[in-house]
Amino acid sequence: MYYRKTSIWGTIDWLIVLLYIVMVSAGWLSICGASYEYDNISLFNPSGRPGSQLIWIGLSFLIIFVILMLDADFYSVFGYLIYGAVILLLIATIFLAPDIKGSRSWLVIGSLRIQPAEFAKFATALALAKFMGSYGFKLGTFKNFGLCLGIIFFPMLCILLQKETGSALVYLAFFLVLYREGMSGYILLAGISAVVFFVVGLKYSDVMVGVTPLGELLVLCLIQAGALLLTAIVVVRQRPNLQMKILLGGITAAVYLAAYIVSLFIPVNFALVSMGLIGISCCYLVFLSVKQWVGHYVMIALFALLSIGFLYSVDYVFDEVLEPHQQMRIKVSLGLEDDPSGAGYNVNQSIIAIGSGGLTGKGFLNGTQTKLKYVPEQDTDFIFCTVGEEQGFTGSTVVLLLFTVLIIRLIMLSEKQKTIFGRIYGYCVASIFFFHLLINIGMVIGITPVIGIPLPFFSYGGSSLWGFTILLFVFLRIDATRKER
Amino acid sequence: MTNTKYAFENRRYILSGAVILVVIVFIVRLFYLQVIENEYKAWADSNAFLKKTLYPSRGMIYDRNDKLLVFNQQAYDVMLIMREIKPFDTLDFCNTVGITKELFIKRIADIKNRRLNPGYSSYVPQVFMNQLSAQDYGVLQEKLYKFPGFYIQNRTIREYEYPYAAHVLGNIGQVNKRDIEQNSYYVQGDNSGRSGIERSYEEVLRGEKGVEILIRDAHGRIKGKYEDGKYDVAPASGKNLTLSLDMDLQAYGEKLMQNKLGSIVMIEPSTGEVLCMVSTPTYDPNMLVGRQRGRNHTLLESDPLKPLFDRAIMASYPPGSTFKPAMGLIFLQEEVITPETMYSCGHGYPVLGGKPACHGHFSPLNLVPAIATSCNAFFCWGLRDMIDSRKRYPSVQEGFDVWRDHMLNMGYGRPLGLDLPGEKGGSIPTSKMYDKFYKGRWSSSTIISIAIGQGEVLATPLQICNLATTIANRGYFYTPHVVKLIEDGQLDSVYTKRRYSTIDAKHYAYLAEGMRSAVTGGTCRRAALPDISVCGKTGTSENPHGKDHSIFMGFAPYENPQVAISVLVENAGFGATYAVPIAKLMLQKYLYGKIQDSDQYLEESIINMPILPRNVL
Repeated sequence: MYYRKTSIWGTIDWLIVLLYIVMVSAGWLSICGASYEYDNISLFNPSGRPGSQLIWIGLSFLIIFVILMLDADFYSVFGYLIYGAVILLLIATIFLAPDIKGSRSWLVIGSLRIQPAEFAKFATALALAKFMGSYGFKLGTFKNFGLCLGIIFFPMLCILLQKETGSALVYLAFFLVLYREGMSGYILLAGISAVVFFVVGLKYSDVMVGVTPLGELLVLCLIQAGALLLTAIVVVRQRPNLQMKILLGGITAAVYLAAYIVSLFIPVNFALVSMGLIGISCCYLVFLSVKQWVGHYVMIALFALLSIGFLYSVDYVFDEVLEPHQQMRIKVSLGLEDDPSGAGYNVNQSIIAIGSGGLTGKGFLNGTQTKLKYVPEQDTDFIFCTVGEEQGFTGSTVVLLLFTVLIIRLIMLSEKQKTIFGRIYGYCVASIFFFHLLINIGMVIGITPVIGIPLPFFSYGGSSLWGFTILLFVFLRIDATRKER
Repeated sequence: MTNTKYAFENRRYILSGAVILVVIVFIVRLFYLQVIENEYKAWADSNAFLKKTLYPSRGMIYDRNDKLLVFNQQAYDVMLIMREIKPFDTLDFCNTVGITKELFIKRIADIKNRRLNPGYSSYVPQVFMNQLSAQDYGVLQEKLYKFPGFYIQNRTIREYEYPYAAHVLGNIGQVNKRDIEQNSYYVQGDNSGRSGIERSYEEVLRGEKGVEILIRDAHGRIKGKYEDGKYDVAPASGKNLTLSLDMDLQAYGEKLMQNKLGSIVMIEPSTGEVLCMVSTPTYDPNMLVGRQRGRNHTLLESDPLKPLFDRAIMASYPPGSTFKPAMGLIFLQEEVITPETMYSCGHGYPVLGGKPACHGHFSPLNLVPAIATSCNAFFCWGLRDMIDSRKRYPSVQEGFDVWRDHMLNMGYGRPLGLDLPGEKGGSIPTSKMYDKFYKGRWSSSTIISIAIGQGEVLATPLQICNLATTIANRGYFYTPHVVKLIEDGQLDSVYTKRRYSTIDAKHYAYLAEGMRSAVTGGTCRRAALPDISVCGKTGTSENPHGKDHSIFMGFAPYENPQVAISVLVENAGFGATYAVPIAKLMLQKYLYGKIQDSDQYLEESIINMPILPRNVL
């Protein structure tokens, strides 16, 4: 045991504590707004949602106290143990949990309902940090990388088996951590590209310009632009070669111009032109890589070719792999389908509620859309609607900025960590918050598909509140040791 | 290696940048949704607020003796709330409300069809059937417990106490798309006046709709009043109207005119109030009420005798000899003649070889006997001396224009401004029209038939009566109107202002005298009544549709006129034959309140005399 020169209260990052208190309070007020009924005024009644959320918040502070009182090393020492215990709990949940709204993710103990998936994020972050922070760890080896993936994917698989797709997708956030720790940017790029190409390709899949399918052309142009950009970056790094840039750019422009002129006389499928260009560029890149012995060129060529392959398998994946309701959700989210009373109902009502808030909002407890239950799940996944409707653009922006400050602060603190364990854990926390923010608010304002995950500290629910509280304060506890010793 | 490690550390900037980029995208999107785009507010309001319209009761209509003519009657709509329906005996239900099972199934499907019924919600009452009859309502009310989900909603429909005056009273019907576009007050399903008083006084009768703002949750359930009804508006009931019409007189007129085509208009000269306005064939206004309205309307529309056509104000006839007093007035005003000026008549107008022809009377004669005997030649001479005289007017056109101006000022050629929709103005030709016809070369001889109210001159029965009113008043009239009083309101000032013609008042005495002597010893002796000095002028209107129209125009009493009248019976022959006796009966009815014993036989024979076009008989 070390002697504590200064108490935890002197070394803890008070900015984050303050942010936490502000967000939890704002969250509670939002739940009040969302649950408020005309005939039910008692916000503090423990049988109502605001009342019980107040209890969860109270218990959170107890949890925080316990976390802060424990030694920081406790979390790195018991990292695997905690991970193992949570995995067991997750597996048990698959078999023990009753079916609630189609998902089997809730453990029911008496009157208490706990969602282990919310705590698994914390456990996975600990295990990943411990593993990657172990002495001499290098992400570069296949074995290590594979084990990292294992740590991430195992709980994800369990949660998928609980039919909680949304919560499972959160584990993709760990790839941001891997990227920070040295994972090739190509993998991240490939993943993001895949999502973007999928969305763009699907969104414009039925639009034709002449004989050119617009969706294909757009994606191909994106691929081409990406390949050119990457080549340019690599070229600058390797050997400044203006001639090659002119060659690649010039040929591309010339071919498009020629195709345009030809298209005036006979119909030209620009998608094929673009594909041809990409093919020629790839050949050239392979030739260069052999000649100059630069591996990046092959990677770029591979990226371009795989992207094309991916593009043409999108339709197949969409039609054959996804479930009809998932297809519908994705389509509605992309604006391909307009079905206000069906699949698009949630998003539509949520946008109406937020849009009706205006610049300054309708005022606390004055939101009509949320109060009259037009938005389903409005106190859990769609809680941001209440903020948007009652607090308007100003309130929504303040909430977004609170999250931004929190995440950026977490990244800053992570970089300051003396241990790799601390840094990785901190990045895990930041990435998870970022992913939740991206998906949840993106969904509520109609940018991303409807994936049911909560908004940290705002959404109603003890498990999610405690999960995020533990996640955050364990990092604060670890961070506090930075100044202790 | 240090280089790569350093590069990895730099990735914090890429990750932080990504966070900031995402938040910026979100803020921009929120700015668009909440600040730039405005439709969401309205959308949210239409979501949450159910603006329930509170319909005002429509104003009632009384006659001049405070007899209730038009009122509101309860009707019953069958409503249903889809969600509350439980299995029930469909056949029993169909029999109760009198529909087939197929119709029932179709109706349910139509209600559920969001294309036909955009506001459909299974939580909200939907109209299943309109305007159930009182009998069906009674039976259904008793059985209603058997049909969960069905409700009865009270509505009001118009009811007419008497089967008369359909053209004046008019009717109401559902507004069409154009009405809604033109007037934002109306919404689909509202009623508005379609014809008659109901239409011209629509804004007075309808009142103002009120609104109740209710709060509705996502399932369409009502959660109470918004802000305890702070923004609710109570409906303002429509104003009652008192008509100038005398319903007894109107009913009597319609009875006399049954099986005849034509009209009777009676006006109180001292006010311009229309006492009765008969147009036959007519119909029972109750036909155009409720669920039968559409079918009956089509039926009436396709009737070859055009019962929907208000002949009193929409039909233009050659006024015939009833036009002569107007001619005489202009001659006096323009000093073409003096009351003593004599013209000769030799069984016709000598200038044109005895055409138009005239009947046997003494010759030469001055204005008063010319009116009394309805001498054609006199007025032909007058027209000739007026417009052919180059000493008076530089050209025939200018002379004619002076004549035309006087006619327009007496109320011919343009609608008089009656407070009913669809009034026509008859026709007074213009000199330009004749210039075109006759290539600029014309004189009184060319257009001589207008001197005796034929040819290009056309007038409505209302205009004919209005001339009688003007002569009765010795020089002025009030714009005729059928509404006497508006509850809590004022009659438009156009109906309370005297309208003087361009003829000096002093000239009217001679025409009144002429019309009096027509009754005492001229063409309309049959209009004479004991005790009352009736004045009149017959007219026989030649027309291209068959036998002449029989016309009478008159007023009574001579000294202090109480009533002016015009009667027109289509294709009935001489004015004296039908129009005069009908007028005589009408005047008795109004002035005595009964028919004298000696005219009982006349009354009966008129009532039982059909005068209809050959193809109908």
